[in-house]
Amino acid sequence: MSKRSPINLNPLVALVSGLLFGCGLTFSDMINPRRVLGFLDVAGTWDPTLAFVMGGALLVTLPAFYLVRKMKAPFCDIGFQLPTSKLVDARLVTGAAMFGLGWGLVGLCPGPALGALVTLQSDVLIFVVSMLVGMLAYKWWDRAVTKK
Amino acid sequence: MAEDMMIGMGLLGGMLIGLGSAVLLIFSGRIAGISGILGGLLYKWDASASWRLPFILGIPAGVGLVSLTHHYTVNVEIEASTPILVIAGLLVGFGTRLGSGCTSGHGVCGLARLSQRSIVATGTFMVTAALTVFVMRHVAGG
Repeated sequence: MSKRSPINLNPLVALVSGLLFGCGLTFSDMINPRRVLGFLDVAGTWDPTLAFVMGGALLVTLPAFYLVRKMKAPFCDIGFQLPTSKLVDARLVTGAAMFGLGWGLVGLCPGPALGALVTLQSDVLIFVVSMLVGMLAYKWWDRAVTKK
Repeated sequence: MAEDMMIGMGLLGGMLIGLGSAVLLIFSGRIAGISGILGGLLYKWDASASWRLPFILGIPAGVGLVSLTHHYTVNVEIEASTPILVIAGLLVGFGTRLGSGCTSGHGVCGLARLSQRSIVATGTFMVTAALTVFVMRHVAGG
């Protein structure tokens, strides 16, 4: 707990991380739903680009997580905040299936949807607002069921 | 296969996305899960907004940066009708919170952590999304 940087660098780190995501989504064309649907359409003219994007990302994140196992704390904060749950339950599978259904309908997942906002297209805005409403609806539902 | 498939740019873009996740992990100790970070911002505006907000704003800023510096037109081609956009948005929002993650958190980070939850989640949303596209394009549509 003694290791604490005099300046909180987390906002800057987060900005750099978000910028890298945006650049990566643009260079790989994952920002374009047509490209994503081309990957998901295995029975059509299949576009394997998304697999290369996923592979490229894992080439970096696999060694990064390996490195983290050997670190006591991140460079700019007091500790790692990693998920601890190991439970494969109905919530996980149902949630992932709902997400997959929505993703397949349009070809947008949260990252590219946020990135695509720069185009100021109304269809992107409609999707993002609906996504935020969906997130809020989850919170209301979760509160209602966990109270019982 | 699609003639305009991108191997080199796909790998490069993917590595940048991976680097974005690695930076947040190694410097701040956090998982770069976009739906989780966005959800946190939406549910409770607390001190964590000081890093959640720059992360979220960084994504469209990064897209804009590439299009400006590379004179690159960002193509976002969407065919879905408005009702489908709304239904899909609601499903993605609700589903990613219920399932604790999306393509970034479960896909890019979770698989790299070899998390069993993330392997199951990623397999589930990939298969469900592919089935949805199959039904939309080859069964229902034409």
